[in-house]
Amino acid sequence: MNWLSLNWPQVIELTRDHLLLSAPALLLSVLIAVPIGRLAQQRPRIGGALLGAASLLYAIPALPLLIIIPALFGVPLRSPATMVIALTVYGVALLVRTAADAFGSVDPRVREAAVAVGHSPRSVFWRVDLPLAVPVLLAGVRVVAVSTVSLVTIGALIGVPSLGTLLTDGFQRGIPAEVATGIIATMALALLFDALLVAAGRALTPWATIRHERPLPQEETT
Amino acid sequence: MNLFLDALAWLTDPAHWTGPGGVPTRVLQHLAITFAAVTAAAILALPAGVLIGHTRKGAGLVGAIAGAARAIPTLGLLTLLGLALGIGLKAPLIALIVLAVPSVLAGAYAGVQNVDTAITGAARAIGMNPRQIVFQVEIPLAAPVLIGGLRAATLQVVATATLAAYTADFGLGRYLFSGLKSRDYAEMLAGALLVAALALLLELLFAAGQRLAAKRIAAPAHEKGAAESDSPREKEPV
Amino acid sequence: MNTRTKALGALALAAVLTATACSSGDPLSSGESDGDTIVIGSQDYYSSEIIAEIYAQSLEDAGFTVDRQFRIGQREAYLPEIEGGSIDLFPEYTGPLLQYWVPDTEARLSDDVYAALQGATPDGLRVLDQSPATDQDSYTVTKAFADEWSIATVDDLANVTTSMTMGANSEAETRPNGPQGLLDTYGVEVGFTPIEDGGGPLTVQALNDGDIQLAIIYTADPSIAANDLVSLEDTKGLFLASHVVPLASDNVNDEAAEIINAVSAAMTPEDLIAMNSRSVNEELPAETIAKDWLAEANLG
Repeated sequence: MNWLSLNWPQVIELTRDHLLLSAPALLLSVLIAVPIGRLAQQRPRIGGALLGAASLLYAIPALPLLIIIPALFGVPLRSPATMVIALTVYGVALLVRTAADAFGSVDPRVREAAVAVGHSPRSVFWRVDLPLAVPVLLAGVRVVAVSTVSLVTIGALIGVPSLGTLLTDGFQRGIPAEVATGIIATMALALLFDALLVAAGRALTPWATIRHERPLPQEETT
Repeated sequence: MNLFLDALAWLTDPAHWTGPGGVPTRVLQHLAITFAAVTAAAILALPAGVLIGHTRKGAGLVGAIAGAARAIPTLGLLTLLGLALGIGLKAPLIALIVLAVPSVLAGAYAGVQNVDTAITGAARAIGMNPRQIVFQVEIPLAAPVLIGGLRAATLQVVATATLAAYTADFGLGRYLFSGLKSRDYAEMLAGALLVAALALLLELLFAAGQRLAAKRIAAPAHEKGAAESDSPREKEPV
Repeated sequence: MNTRTKALGALALAAVLTATACSSGDPLSSGESDGDTIVIGSQDYYSSEIIAEIYAQSLEDAGFTVDRQFRIGQREAYLPEIEGGSIDLFPEYTGPLLQYWVPDTEARLSDDVYAALQGATPDGLRVLDQSPATDQDSYTVTKAFADEWSIATVDDLANVTTSMTMGANSEAETRPNGPQGLLDTYGVEVGFTPIEDGGGPLTVQALNDGDIQLAIIYTADPSIAANDLVSLEDTKGLFLASHVVPLASDNVNDEAAEIINAVSAAMTPEDLIAMNSRSVNEELPAETIAKDWLAEANLG
């Protein structure tokens, strides 16, 4: 690993860039997808169309999306904003359906009981629906986190620095160690995100026991 | 929306519909590599997924493999394979298979695992051997979820197959790369619209396939239960 | 307020904070450059990055503040940004840059190209002195192929009776130096396959494997010598002379321009190949290569 010993400061810098692109995109995805998922679950008629449209966004290839976004949002092509918006689009596409399922997984009787003891609709959402939806929601967020971190690499194709820069640079210079470092660092970052989310999930659902720790069959098919 | 009008103009220009670089050829190439990658992934992952779902052993391993595979940046895998294998379709094909495997594996595994144990128990009680249980009970009942896995894999592969043009004169990705590099965004967007249309078409086909599987194969009486609600991708697409 | 609500609140707050942090103080943002900082860009090409890094270090040594925006794509992607004023200094190549602005230019020789380029550069931008260092596109074949068909010049490609495929970045297909230019200027017909590595290792491998017979490879690429490849002589001037030349905005003042001109004057074609070789073979970062060259040239 001659390359790594000579170039590790660059790897650290690019890891930081990578993080600064993926973290906001992940948070925006959650903030956008959760309300849509909730709406879709409450109003299936609008919801079905919403979910269908959202998941089809995932079929847009990344490169053209990166070109369309500046045209639609007026941000410069080669800017972090373009990348964050693109990643958010994919994140929302992946997450809305899980979000709807997550709210669907909340036992309506619990909700009714909460209303019966005098919770306002807002309070039902924040104190009953959302916390109880967390386990399923989290499973979806984990998938989005991993795929977002991995997708950030395509920013290298439009000149937005990330660990993906190591992929294109290593390719041009013919240094496999550089490409491999880019892949491994990306995967490590994805797994780190995943571990943090699992920890966050434990903190957010203190009532949950091991039985909620499912081996995640459902989100693997997303 | 000038850009979109330009893309439509590009698409309706008859000059772009003929010859070796024409739309029909590129669409067929794109479909071919998508089909090849998903088929290969199915051959590799379906038996393993079914086996794991049947024995209910190794679920953690599946989760780990699927998670790790999902974290691999496809662009990175493609460049690394490109350096090792040279130009042509080998590198993108392998990268696409790696992309498709997790979804196929997880669909097969989740589908079979979610078959009600009461049903497999009953099958055993009437004297079916394990082989018959797998092929005549579990796989048919798992079909909707299993197809859901194939469907998710296909959607990912059809969108990502554009990367094949990174190392080969192949598929709709050619329009994206040459459009990007020469600032011909109309060409690029036209390519993207073609890919999205292809994805939509495949989605509709799979949706129909899943409905058929749910009605005919997985038995109409089978309740829309755990098996269905578990997979976010196997529901109505649009 | 119970723990759960607090935790959710904290999560939401963190979300908002991160989202805001992203939109304001982002170090990656590529906004308009102000007067104090010189924004230096480079192509998505390691050699261009090395030259840009040399510019950056020499300006920093003289007390300027620079902002590095390296590896930002091909000419089609970054030139609009330079013309728009968000990048101040960029290592360019005379021939291709002239062809970008004047696609049907007739200039081919180095001085003609440079003179034409000075005239073609838009208002608000200027080219500084061109360097003796050159890095130009060339049609390249393997030694074995050259010997088999006795090829030394591009003209000799007419000797080849089997079908040939050219490998290059996909944009070459629509540029004058691609298959169409070869047909128009030399009457040689070839197929085309895109290899998106800018004449890099995959292209070289494809040449060696016989997947392609002809590739566009930069003359400063160390792989030409390392792989026993032959750059064909361009007798009819399909390729323009291509010297390293800094493209600068008005934000680069006379003092800075003088520093960059000294760098350009000191850089020889051999230096460029040697630096590229250090990048590819010794796997050194651009920063180190630039620093060493500046020290050696007594400019550091």
